[in-house]
Amino acid sequence: MTYTKRLDKRKFDETRPIEAKVGVIKNADGSARFKIGNTVALAAVYGPRELYPRFMQNPEKGILRVNYNMMPFSGHGNRVRPGPNRRSKEIAMVTKNALLPVVDLSEFPNAVVDVFIELPQTDAGTRCAGICAAAMALADAGIIMKDLVSSVAVGCIDGTVVADLNYDEEAFEGIVADIPVAVLPNTGEVVLLQMDGEMSKDNMVKALELAKKVCADIYEIQKKALKEKYTVKGDKK
Amino acid sequence: MNAELRNHIIELLDKGTRLDGRSLLDYRKPVKVEYDASNSAEGSARITIGDTELIVGIKMEVSTPYPDTPDQGGLMVNTELLPLSNPEFESGPPSIEAIELSRVVDRGIRESKAIDMKKLCLIEGEKAWTVIIDICPINAAGNLFDASALGALAALKNAKFPKLGEGEVVDYSEKTDEALPLAKMPVSVTVCKIGSHFIIDPTTEEEKVIDARLTVATDEKNQLCALQKGGDYPLTIDDISKMLDIGVEKCNELRKAL
Amino acid sequence: MSKLLTKDKDVVVPGECLAEGMDYLPGIGTYRDGEKILASRLGLSKIDGRALELIPLSGRYLPKRGDTIIAKVTEITMSAWRVNTNSAYQAMLGMRDATSEFIPKGANLTKYFNFGDYLVCKITNVTSQRLVDITMKGPGLRKLRGGRIIQVNTNKVPRIIGKKGSMVSMVKNATGCKIIVGQNGIIWLQGEDPKMEILAVNTIKKIEEESHISGLTDRIKEFLEKETGKKIVLEQITEGGEQNDLH
Repeated sequence: MTYTKRLDKRKFDETRPIEAKVGVIKNADGSARFKIGNTVALAAVYGPRELYPRFMQNPEKGILRVNYNMMPFSGHGNRVRPGPNRRSKEIAMVTKNALLPVVDLSEFPNAVVDVFIELPQTDAGTRCAGICAAAMALADAGIIMKDLVSSVAVGCIDGTVVADLNYDEEAFEGIVADIPVAVLPNTGEVVLLQMDGEMSKDNMVKALELAKKVCADIYEIQKKALKEKYTVKGDKK
Repeated sequence: MNAELRNHIIELLDKGTRLDGRSLLDYRKPVKVEYDASNSAEGSARITIGDTELIVGIKMEVSTPYPDTPDQGGLMVNTELLPLSNPEFESGPPSIEAIELSRVVDRGIRESKAIDMKKLCLIEGEKAWTVIIDICPINAAGNLFDASALGALAALKNAKFPKLGEGEVVDYSEKTDEALPLAKMPVSVTVCKIGSHFIIDPTTEEEKVIDARLTVATDEKNQLCALQKGGDYPLTIDDISKMLDIGVEKCNELRKAL
Repeated sequence: MSKLLTKDKDVVVPGECLAEGMDYLPGIGTYRDGEKILASRLGLSKIDGRALELIPLSGRYLPKRGDTIIAKVTEITMSAWRVNTNSAYQAMLGMRDATSEFIPKGANLTKYFNFGDYLVCKITNVTSQRLVDITMKGPGLRKLRGGRIIQVNTNKVPRIIGKKGSMVSMVKNATGCKIIVGQNGIIWLQGEDPKMEILAVNTIKKIEEESHISGLTDRIKEFLEKETGKKIVLEQITEGGEQNDLH
């Protein structure tokens, strides 16, 4: 059996519809919303700001803290219990590791930059949407960054490599592999890679190439959203 | 701590205006209710009051009724003061502010008997629906009380029962057309006292310097259904009477946004 | 063969390529990676001959020696005040820099500056670890009484002040308000007439929002004329007065 037609009739390399907007939370120093299909991620950046307790401070450079949270009503089934759990803690960590290679906080010893990612509704690909939103929010906050970060989940369903699995595809009865990937747009380097499921090595490499290609498109959307926030008012005049 | 700010605000109030130029009894603009803010919830709404924005979502679960009310469903209200929404909010278990907010919203809905709890019962003593209301601020810029109560009601109005499979197991992948049995429309207005003045819809700055507040929840027939006095400053009966008048009048105004 | 990929005043995002080739030089807010010059933050491109620079559009305040800021007292120790500078770093005000008066040992320091007071102060030193010292000794430096505080994007402060203080003077004259603009994005305002004070706040917000669109001064002048119903003569920049010393 091969997966010849996607459940929602997308092309194999096609993502769900994407919307991105920067500057969605007025209180924050930087913020963004990234929507892919029915998954919505909000990110807010606060800082650089004072960091307490003191023992967490790094006298050489500022630290980055990432928090990932699903709103209680954002899950597919039962209510998600509020507060951190093992899953959200791990996702926060891999998100931080994906963002750290581009962020330069050497000007801010002892300080912290906080990134808060919240998901009001989800349908697979939440960590990737969170990373896309967080990268835009960090740029919006004026953080020194050598690049943005773009992210998408790719996968392999019954031997076919596809981009941006939705929930139904993740739950598809067949051999499914899900691979969240994040890429630095300038170099194509991979900063997030996880996989669960079953697939061949050849397909894995194919999937990574696909992720790189899709991330290049996502990067353009992120870039456009950032520029829109700072130019939209100029066009009115 | 904020003595200078408080004095300045009172000076302005004496002249009939506020820091942002509003009258004392004006809501910020816009007051906006948008439904279906989250499609994974059974019901949801996004509330905007000026710069304050929050999402309220409803999940419905089947559970065992409480032994003292075997023929009734359950209601739970929870608030997460997300650190995403305000630089002063911290991660961690619900603060006392979040708990108070949840409980005040809970009382407005419960005590007005907005939901017919008996209609939520599936099998007496065994299975009944529990309605869980979660309030999540996106941008907390003052007056979360009124925004939350309005959002909770809007989300309840928006909610549809999920499909019930065999053995009363919920199938969340499908929603039915059946709406929640809503009998009343409780909303709340928080009236604040600063010096000798009463104001509504305080901003974050104003909240820091108010003496006392009274949250007034009413139904559409102007019956009071819940009250909460906040702040450590005493109120006279005369004060309370005036605040109730303001509250009742403004609740009707706010209800129009639904 | 070098190639310029950005225009003057273009909004660019971190990592965006501004130029290729060795003929261009990376300035503030940019970096070189091989043949390319890339943006290291979000900002507006500024092309100055061969040098490429970025003007930041966002980002929090970073304390700088010589800046006049408005700070809030948050803590009082045995011999100093700690103030919030609207940045990631607090600043210290030692007794000796607080006043020309002699403060005896063990004196009640709240008598001079109390918790929550806003001070117009000057940054005298910033170490590599971002320990910040401030002074209250200097023209115009003082504790603020009355009025209100607003916060703006610190990157927009130069536009709010304007050339030689021209912009803020225009707002002051048109509204009759006292205004002090701190380099840290904290602004103090006080007006006799609440309507005028609110107009001053709204005007400053307008400058903040529209600062990167050309014709700012004329637009603000028009706005103020419309709101006040009075004509504004631009040359009428009054010098002197303690407020202007701060710019």
